[in-house]
Amino acid sequence: MNLSRRQLLYLLPAAAAAWEFVLAGTPEAAPTYHSAEHWWGMLLDVTKCIGCGGCVRACALENDVPDGYFRTWVERYHVDDFHIESPVVDSPGGAKEGFPQSTLTGGKNFFVPKFCNHCVDSPCTQVCPVGATFHTADGVVLVDQNYCVGCRYCIQACPYGCRYFHPTKNVADKCTLCYHRIVKGLTTACCESCPTGARQLADLKDPKDPIHTFLKTHSVQVLKPHLATGAKNFYNGLDGSVR
Amino acid sequence: MEGFMYPNEVELQWSVLIVLYPFLTGLVAGAFILASLERIFRVEALKPTYRLALLTALAFLVVAPMPLQLHLGHPERSLEMYLTPHRSSAMAMFGFVYLWYLMAVLLMEIWLDYRKDIVILSRTATGLKRLFYKALALGSTNTSPTSLYVDDRVGWVITLIGIPSAFMLHGYVGFIFGSVKANPWWSTPLMPVVFLFSAMVSGIALVMLMYQLTSGLRERAVDMQCLDTIAKYLFYTFIIDFTLEMLDLIHRIYEADESFRSLDFMVHTKLFLSQIVLQIFLGTVAPLALLAVTQLVHLSINTRKRIYIVAGVCTLIGIFAMRWNVVIGGQLFSKSFLGYTTYKMGFVTREGLGPAIGLMILPFVILYVLIKLLPPWYKKLPAPDSAAD
Repeated sequence: MNLSRRQLLYLLPAAAAAWEFVLAGTPEAAPTYHSAEHWWGMLLDVTKCIGCGGCVRACALENDVPDGYFRTWVERYHVDDFHIESPVVDSPGGAKEGFPQSTLTGGKNFFVPKFCNHCVDSPCTQVCPVGATFHTADGVVLVDQNYCVGCRYCIQACPYGCRYFHPTKNVADKCTLCYHRIVKGLTTACCESCPTGARQLADLKDPKDPIHTFLKTHSVQVLKPHLATGAKNFYNGLDGSVR
Repeated sequence: MEGFMYPNEVELQWSVLIVLYPFLTGLVAGAFILASLERIFRVEALKPTYRLALLTALAFLVVAPMPLQLHLGHPERSLEMYLTPHRSSAMAMFGFVYLWYLMAVLLMEIWLDYRKDIVILSRTATGLKRLFYKALALGSTNTSPTSLYVDDRVGWVITLIGIPSAFMLHGYVGFIFGSVKANPWWSTPLMPVVFLFSAMVSGIALVMLMYQLTSGLRERAVDMQCLDTIAKYLFYTFIIDFTLEMLDLIHRIYEADESFRSLDFMVHTKLFLSQIVLQIFLGTVAPLALLAVTQLVHLSINTRKRIYIVAGVCTLIGIFAMRWNVVIGGQLFSKSFLGYTTYKMGFVTREGLGPAIGLMILPFVILYVLIKLLPPWYKKLPAPDSAAD
């Protein structure tokens, strides 16, 4: 290819601009990971969750989550026989330090861990005006914090309250499904720290993943199915009162 | 905070600045539509306010994106919405709708309408002003009847394009809220239509007030035929707007879906003042009743003028309250429908009341400058108080 000096001068600014994107797009070194071979979701077993808050602490530690904001949290439900549609719910400090003893009597109590559902048809990615929040090929919803303008439309659009506005970075922030870990073959910090196995990372594209057997043999549910977001957090033993 | 909110919901994301945004764009759309009534539908009685309405629309349109810019976490990245817009995002279209309306409609229409005046001023003015008008003339010097005829016809076509554009500008703002399925307070296909009609109501009320105010400041008699016509259009548009809002309300009450109890509680507590008192009674029922009286009863000029002022001010308060109830109200309840939070507005913070007041005053300053540079008054005004009883 013959380039004159003039042509080279024309090309240089474009090349300089492109190089920035080349650098920005360079993935973290994970040579054995092929995103097209995975499709991530999570299994949450409500019957196993003890509300210890270990997942919340592990997440905050692993991902440097600012105080008062939550990439994951645990809710405690109290449902009595006469107010199935009006449960009493609390999540003090996102249950980072667990729960105080309940003073409510009668009915039933259970814990529900929550975090981003990494929806297939996610309302948050739909509304982002610059495409800073996006789907990865392996089914994870991420936010490019170097691109987010901080309009907070995605926070409004998330039906599950999973996003927050980072107080110092001034961008939208949320669960990344510990993407930096799963591309290296590790599980998420919340799953790893759960003492009862109430959280199980699941690769739906992996035929050997136990999720397939579980889904076939249990009645599972996603949160707010009527909103058709394609949520990928599958709950076992989810009560109808859970919002 | 009362009841249960998802932990990340406690903090409100959209502040009073985002209340201002639909309020300002609504005034723009409404003022423009009033101007187009004269131009397209030949409502000659509105002639005295045609240019004033256009300049008002421009002054408010210039300020409309400022609250958004101030609200962004990274305002320096806002240009990305133009450079790499996300096509599925309603918000990404803002820049394009805004620019289209500003550049292709409003600026062109104003320029064509003022071209003759600008050319004359570029010859008669002196000093810096002369340079300014020369620049504004964009090299144009022709003031022949043929050229003015061409101006008029092109301006007519632009206004024709401008009407759907104004509808798009504000209908789109309503769509930003109406399309959020996560939020039942916002999610209704009626939202863009309600926004549109409330925009027309607010814009018409603003021009009605500005016309009286500027006439008073200039110590000129108000053209009552013009003022009565504006009031008539305000009344009709308001009836449609109120009907749509009531339709939405009745539909919600009758359907009473899973969010109803939560929203109903909110309207009776946290939003009682802004929704029931300010929006519905003071801002809608009161001005509608006042305007109805002017339509039904024979009143003196001074009484009508006073009624129009009161009705106009009440209308603007009501429409602002409506924007407040949509934007702030939509964030006061949990998406779990089990709890409520409170909006704490700062004053001198970046998104506080101080900047909001500043941004509300700014369009009037811009309008003052525009009026000084491009006087909207016609030399041969219709006979004062021509519609006198």
